[in-house]
Amino acid sequence: MVPESPKPLLDVRDLGVAFDSEGGAVHAVNGVSYTLKEGETLGIVGESGSGKSVHVLAMLGLIPRPPGRITGGQVLFAGRDLLRLPERDLRKVRGGQIGFVFQDPMSSLNPGMTVAAQIIEPLRIHLGLDGRAARARARDLLDLVRIPNAGARLDQYPHEFSGGQRQRVMIAIGLSCRPKLLIADEATTALDVTVQAEIIGLVQELKREIGMAIIWITHDLGVVAGIADTVQVMYAGRILERGPVDDLFRDPRSAYTLGLLRSLPDLSRGRAGRRRLHQIEGAPPDMRHPPPGDPFAARNAYATSRCLTEAPPLAQAPGAAPGHLVAAWYDLPARLAAEEAAR
Amino acid sequence: MTKAAIAPPGIALPAAEPALRAEPSPIREFWTRLKARRTAMVGLVIVVALILMAIFADGIAPYDPIATDWGAIRSPPSWAHPFGTDEVGHDVLSRIVFGARASLGAGLTSVALAVALGLPFGLLAGYAGGMVDLAIMRLTDALLAIPFLILAIALAAFLGPSLTNAMVAIGLSATSTFVRLTRAQVQAVAAEEFVEAARAVGNPPWRIAIRHIVPNIVPAILVQATLTIAAAIIAEASLSFLGLGQQPPEPSWGSMLNVAKNFLEQAPWMAIWPGASIFLAVLAFNLLGDGLRDALDPRQRT
Amino acid sequence: MRPEPADRYPLLSVRNLSKHYPLRSWWGGKSAVFRAVQDVSFDIRPGETLGLVGESGSGKSTIGRAVTMLNPPSAGTVAFEGTDLAKLSAGEMRRMRARIQMVFQDPYAALNPRMSIGDYVAEPFRLHRPAMARGERRDEVEGLLARVGLDPRFARRYPHQFSGGQRQRICIARAIALKPSFIVADEPIAALDVSIQAQVVNLLQDLQDELGISYLFISHDLRMVRYLCQRVAVLWHGRVVELAEADALYEDPRHPYTRRLLSAVPVPNPVEERARLRAASLLPPADPDAIGGLVEVAPGHWVADTRYS
Repeated sequence: MVPESPKPLLDVRDLGVAFDSEGGAVHAVNGVSYTLKEGETLGIVGESGSGKSVHVLAMLGLIPRPPGRITGGQVLFAGRDLLRLPERDLRKVRGGQIGFVFQDPMSSLNPGMTVAAQIIEPLRIHLGLDGRAARARARDLLDLVRIPNAGARLDQYPHEFSGGQRQRVMIAIGLSCRPKLLIADEATTALDVTVQAEIIGLVQELKREIGMAIIWITHDLGVVAGIADTVQVMYAGRILERGPVDDLFRDPRSAYTLGLLRSLPDLSRGRAGRRRLHQIEGAPPDMRHPPPGDPFAARNAYATSRCLTEAPPLAQAPGAAPGHLVAAWYDLPARLAAEEAAR
Repeated sequence: MTKAAIAPPGIALPAAEPALRAEPSPIREFWTRLKARRTAMVGLVIVVALILMAIFADGIAPYDPIATDWGAIRSPPSWAHPFGTDEVGHDVLSRIVFGARASLGAGLTSVALAVALGLPFGLLAGYAGGMVDLAIMRLTDALLAIPFLILAIALAAFLGPSLTNAMVAIGLSATSTFVRLTRAQVQAVAAEEFVEAARAVGNPPWRIAIRHIVPNIVPAILVQATLTIAAAIIAEASLSFLGLGQQPPEPSWGSMLNVAKNFLEQAPWMAIWPGASIFLAVLAFNLLGDGLRDALDPRQRT
Repeated sequence: MRPEPADRYPLLSVRNLSKHYPLRSWWGGKSAVFRAVQDVSFDIRPGETLGLVGESGSGKSTIGRAVTMLNPPSAGTVAFEGTDLAKLSAGEMRRMRARIQMVFQDPYAALNPRMSIGDYVAEPFRLHRPAMARGERRDEVEGLLARVGLDPRFARRYPHQFSGGQRQRICIARAIALKPSFIVADEPIAALDVSIQAQVVNLLQDLQDELGISYLFISHDLRMVRYLCQRVAVLWHGRVVELAEADALYEDPRHPYTRRLLSAVPVPNPVEERARLRAASLLPPADPDAIGGLVEVAPGHWVADTRYS
């Protein structure tokens, strides 16, 4: 396991989430375990249905129940199990010690309330600040997320802000109570690429100033490459691979990670050197009937017969950097080397 | 690339993509969803039972509903007359059974008329827009300003008292609801991308309306029609109660109530059975309509 | 002033295309116009893919709908195989749609939920080949489904039974049914998962190689545009600011906005990406009012004239 010198800030153990539907239970998250250290940035990569967002919403008590339900596990945050916390205590954690930013800044902000009112709300609830102090802090927060002329803009409504500025406001709200952990769920997906670059730059700066841990959930491998310390690849409700960012990109051990990396066209490659894009065949499994073995096996050219019947545990990848874990029965580097030799 | 190309040697691929699994057709899926709603099924069973009763009234009814038996006037329920008899010796049970023809017939026929008129006009208003829309909508606004039952009564009085005229009056009164609903639905569906895709492939406007828009508004119309049948049954009963619907001696639940009101103390069964029948039929259509609404709600689809 | 390729006769020739929307003030009068697209010109050659890139609100989707006459332009000409589409009657345009097709962004919204996919894919034949026999049409549909990688037995199924990637294949099957010479693909992979995007892009590429289709590929995915497109036009505030061969545009971007756009693309390599983030003193946005006409700075490389360079 990862050497955990500082005690983990977040310790997720064997978390399971299911949604009941008419066609049977959808097993959205299956036995997810990981830890996050203080000040660490964890990038979680996955496609829709991978469980990357759902498991985070579940641990914050934000999935609708029913149809959602937690099928098992623990989520220890600063020593307390979030899954067993009464709703009132969980509310104090949410937006207090854990801030979060969601994908769509327009629907996350209340169009009928001024920006000031929406930033002040958590300050009053969590920090118990009075009106003037809260307003002063709200101003500082808008300054912090580099919104020019913060004092004047406090009393404006969300529609008077651009998309990127609204996401900055969301980040200000997420950071308002000096959280130990900021969770960003596809926070830049709806934004233009230049705005995304600005937001990522901002979060990087804020991290240097505040030092919070970050969970950055995205489908874009390029985004996590730049900001994450650790990357975790999820698929069909499981973690298939996890490791230090440089190691994981240089030496991927899961065929899924490798497939994702290879399927991205290279921005610097001209038409002359163009090859057919590598494509991952097939589609993710139906989570009402998850396959018994490795969920990626059916799409994986390197799968062994064991992959189809038995789910591999997430364990240290042999010969990889410490803390580089993979859930695979096959040995990817050996298979790739054999393939290379055969050519 | 074929599937075989990615299959590792010696391993049979599992039946692969989720959609390959046997999936139910949309109609079967809808039926599964409807079956899961117990109140809707109760409504459906009652509706089917009432319709069967109306169709096979000749076989079910123990007596001729208009045959008078002067020996048994206002006799209370007995083995010979389970629901009792009325003031001229009609068997109440037989009249209830035959009265279902008038009540359900009026409900179904008038709503069929309302849909037949409302759907094309609503489609025209919603899809053509402009002046056509304006004209149709102002007319329906004017009609909607008059309460449904009042309008039906006025029309029935104008057309003259008969069951057919009552059906026409009810149908015309309910039309504006369907024009409005269809128009709103058409506008919502027409804004969807598959309608633009239909234009992009070269569909003429009439074909877009018929093939792409109408199938997508049918569920909403169906739900509304079911609920309107309940309202139409009440309307028919009201018109018959006022003497503007089914004419004596032919039975209808409303006209039975009309007569029964004079004998409430002496022969309460004369009022109870037609009243209960109306209540049951209206309840059944409402339950079914609510169930259909839930079962057809696209937001609940996976 | 016209970015015209000299070597081949263009399939599609767009000249000075503009799309304006009147902005109504609250008392109903026309107070101003919103210029969604202004004075855009480009050509697409037979068998070529032209990429149209830009951020939200740049007007790229408006151009896609204008050249297909789904939302005709306010001004300018769209000449397809020498015919000015704006001058066609409604019926003539419908017949022309056999040759011009479109693939939409959201495969969930672009399929009629109450039409089986067999009927959906068969629709072009019903409309444009009404004499075709039923059996022949069914064979064609099955062939098309197989061609885009779907089981022909799926024909009787309905859209909700398919995943996003499969739906986009269905849309593509319908678009290629009549072997069109031109397809506008409006963000065709934006709504798809990463592992599915490559499947769809490869399919589009294969179909071009087989059928010689020209594409107008509208996208904000700069990596995929570089991969798929021979030439690229960069849109900004409704105008083309740069138009060039893809290699020239990506290796030697001339317009400040193009540079800003390209420098913002994350690189899936930690070392390079961290270096990019550190260096990312993003160039300040240029002034959209300063966009001028296109000037040919190198053969085939057109850049909007700006007051600063």
